[in-house]
Amino acid sequence: MIGLEHYITVGAILFVLGVLGIALNRKNVIVILMSIELILLAVNINLVAFSAYLGDLTGQIFAMFVLTVAAGEAAIGLAILVLYFRNRGTIAVDQINQMKG
Amino acid sequence: MQSLTGTLMQPLSESLSIAAPELVLALGAMTLLMIGVFRGTRSFVGLSWGAVVIYVIAGLSLLGDASSAFAFGGLYVADDYSAFLKVLIFVAAAACTVTAIPYLRRARSDKFEYPVIIMLAALGMSMMVSAADFLALYVGLELQSLAAYVLAAFHRNEARSSEAGLKYFVLGALASGILLYGISLVYGFTGTTSFTILAPLMSAEPSIGLIFGLVFIFAGLAFKISAVPFHMWTPDVYQGAPTPVSMFFASAPKAAAMGLLVRVAMEAFGGLADQWHQIIAFAAVASMILGAVGAIGQSSIKRLLAYSSINNIGFALIGLAASTPEGVSAVLFYMAVYLAMTIGSFLVVLSLRDTAGRPIDDIAGLAGLSRTRPGLAAALAIFMFSLAGIPPLLGFFPKFSVFLAAVEAEMYVLAVIGVVTSVVGAYYYLRVVKLAYFDEPTGEILPQESNVNGTVLAVAAIFCSPIGLLLIGPIGRAADQAALAMLSF
Repeated sequence: MIGLEHYITVGAILFVLGVLGIALNRKNVIVILMSIELILLAVNINLVAFSAYLGDLTGQIFAMFVLTVAAGEAAIGLAILVLYFRNRGTIAVDQINQMKG
Repeated sequence: MQSLTGTLMQPLSESLSIAAPELVLALGAMTLLMIGVFRGTRSFVGLSWGAVVIYVIAGLSLLGDASSAFAFGGLYVADDYSAFLKVLIFVAAAACTVTAIPYLRRARSDKFEYPVIIMLAALGMSMMVSAADFLALYVGLELQSLAAYVLAAFHRNEARSSEAGLKYFVLGALASGILLYGISLVYGFTGTTSFTILAPLMSAEPSIGLIFGLVFIFAGLAFKISAVPFHMWTPDVYQGAPTPVSMFFASAPKAAAMGLLVRVAMEAFGGLADQWHQIIAFAAVASMILGAVGAIGQSSIKRLLAYSSINNIGFALIGLAASTPEGVSAVLFYMAVYLAMTIGSFLVVLSLRDTAGRPIDDIAGLAGLSRTRPGLAAALAIFMFSLAGIPPLLGFFPKFSVFLAAVEAEMYVLAVIGVVTSVVGAYYYLRVVKLAYFDEPTGEILPQESNVNGTVLAVAAIFCSPIGLLLIGPIGRAADQAALAMLSF
């Protein structure tokens, strides 16, 4: 029987993967965008699982809002990325270092 | 105070009239956008002034019924607390819209989207300070953040600006994710996302899941106010973004996010004060120390002001760490004065141009400013002395009131560290004044090109000068009333 704790564990694993994907990745900004999506999906799994477990609709409504905002966030992220690529000609993470201090 | 269940039966028209300021901003932003789309870039100046008119209307719609009221089934609350912060947000947004006109023109970034995006960000911030539920909080925060990512990359053809946008986006999205994960945990372990329903559930022994959720939420919000250890984006983004945008980031969103953090901490998690108290105290101490030490070696004025904002957020957090009504009122007072000082300092940076008309970002460029531009140098000196917290100037009093709140809450260590870092911080503020007054000029600096910028700068300088002391009474009373309105839940 699959219970709440299994869903929460999957959510936690996805969340940690997403955070590690942002922290450890040195290669490509696209991978960072994917990691951000992973984090938001982990949150959605959590919200829906809790919502089903509690018999309360708030969590599912919240998940809908998160999906919508995630779409907007991805659009803006990609737009800024395209802009950056046009200016610099690269999207390697270790090249993003014009400003330091 | 009406009950939450009562608001479920509330007619929509009543909710809409309670949320009038947001409605004005939303409709106003759409209207400006449409005018911009049909009339193109040449409508930039007209739209900027139109935006100011809309901020004034939104501000006027805050007047009237002073009692607290819930709307939209308890998602939204309008009270004195949100009204106080909304006034700060609207003033800062209006100032950042009109003073940007000459700068953006010169940089050929005078796109009509600028006032529209600033207004959408202001709408998000105004939602944030009125949020009474994590759902409203999240939507407001994201509206503000998404607008801010675009603004940071507003110089489309400049690599540094798009780099700032990219960095801000990646770290901001991570922070939003962390905040959301915390919200999901709090929802799962309590069964609600409403602040008012959460509050009474907090008195019992908290579960481990709830504590985790609390820590995640505070981490996400700490990013938005750029408190240490989530500050690392601040200097890079402020340096890379166009100067008027940096001015905007340092002012309105800081006040909104701080207001949000205080409301979440005091209202939703008031019963868990023992738990979050240490997090806030740590963030306050770390921000004050890092802000003061990090600024010392900087050569870019915008980076220096970024560290200064981290430092100031640390001081404001002392008021929250005290977690008393006096502390909350001190935070509000602090944010009001901080906004004036920050906008003023950035306006000085905005008006620094060398003979070729290029903006100056090097601190060495300030040398001998008192010789070439005495008025500007005097304003700069007022802002720097005020930020350093030197008595006859206004900046001293908010610092004094947060330290007083900390001492009354018996948090002597926090107050002492605050005073010490304030002295360390004074070193780099005074270094700027020394450069401007006692060094030989290295080059000519062009005069102010816009009367509007000069006027806003003069108003900010007068507000921070000893004349501003006359305003301490009214602002202090408004802050007290706002704090009591928020805590009376």
